Amino acid sequence: MRRVSKGERARLSLTLNGRKLAGEAEPRMLLSDFLRHVLGATGTHVGCEHGVCGCCTVLLDGTAVRSCLTLAVQAEGRAVTTVESLADGNGKLNALQQAFQNNHALQCGFCTPGILMSFTDFLRRNPNPSEAEVVDVLSGHLCRCTGYTGIVAAVLEAAGEGNKSKS
Amino acid sequence: MKPRPFDYVRPDTVDEAVAILAEHGDDARVLAGGQTLLAMLNLRVIEPAILVDITRIPELGEIREVDGKIEVGAAVTQNTLLAWPALGQKLPLLAAALPFVGHFQTRNKGTVCGSIAHADPASEIPLSLAVLEGEVVLRSRKGTRVLAAGEFQQGMLATARAGDELITAVRFPVVSGGVAFREVARRHGDFAIVGVAALAESKTSIRLGVAGMVERPAVSRIKPDGAAGVREAIERLAWELEGYEDVHASAHMRRDLLRRIGPVVVEEAIRCAA
Repeated sequence: MRRVSKGERARLSLTLNGRKLAGEAEPRMLLSDFLRHVLGATGTHVGCEHGVCGCCTVLLDGTAVRSCLTLAVQAEGRAVTTVESLADGNGKLNALQQAFQNNHALQCGFCTPGILMSFTDFLRRNPNPSEAEVVDVLSGHLCRCTGYTGIVAAVLEAAGEGNKSKS
Repeated sequence: MKPRPFDYVRPDTVDEAVAILAEHGDDARVLAGGQTLLAMLNLRVIEPAILVDITRIPELGEIREVDGKIEVGAAVTQNTLLAWPALGQKLPLLAAALPFVGHFQTRNKGTVCGSIAHADPASEIPLSLAVLEGEVVLRSRKGTRVLAAGEFQQGMLATARAGDELITAVRFPVVSGGVAFREVARRHGDFAIVGVAALAESKTSIRLGVAGMVERPAVSRIKPDGAAGVREAIERLAWELEGYEDVHASAHMRRDLLRRIGPVVVEEAIRCAA
């Protein structure tokens, strides 16, 4: 049984984007803050901190979750995947990111990391989604710049590219 | 905002979990998906002394069929149940209602039992459990209690769970007949203003559940004679339930929504039964 007392800084290890990392956190530290302030992975953004805006979305063992509604200690021993994992080592965008650029699916970019991670999970489960399905998943994110049209187009384009490369 | 400090404990077994609850009672909060709990902690609406994380207790992660009921363990997420291959055949009402619970991203972590424990009056899963006449399984050091949905959910965010009890599972009966579900919310994924679920055992015998009108799901049996009979029964129900008033809608608007979506849901359930 794992116990961490109030105020105690426990050493937590997890896998971040394929690398084993460790850091210290109190029980009340959110995963979003642990990623940004302890591990220095600032690609994940923090907006509302109550699960509504979606910009802090990361993958936890492959599924898209709100890192602001997850305690750092809950991610102990698990695999966390963030937006930093998407482009390759030389900064070449992956297909989903490239589709966002092609379709002007971002302006200020604040909400983008969360949206990319949601669709990384979703397209893996549903590689050939309808527009309605994309809109449904996108309803879990707020974007104040784009009006969403470009984002929907980008996800559909990325899905099409993914299916082309498979056939 | 950030939560106030608390102790964290992650038991490996149900026995360990109930021992902690026996020690701390109402000062403890059970953490499963945390999709409401963490938001309440971040907003400092609640300040528990200790969180009991039950998500790594293997026996709570199961979905199984027992005696004509589908038992869903306390750590099973809403999306796990939604992706369960037999869902459409065994629990078509849940297959219809679950897509309205929060968003894809919160259903990945939010649990079925967590929605039951939270007992929001407009919530889809408690409404489904009430209409199907399901059960809630509670464990404490003293033993196991099984409560009917109607006994469990007592009021606005209030349940019959004692401080030393852990909800280990909920059981949804597999029923025959047609089902249907609809809700009206400001935006998809928001809490519903009014939700309606129906189970049509036949054209003239319908179990009708309404969420968002009173402090807990209201289930009644209507025996309508044709479409006019359905409208009449729902008109009576709207006045009987009255509806509450909050920032999202007036009682008048809630009655009106029930009048509009109620007959549609009943007709869909009857058609689905045929």
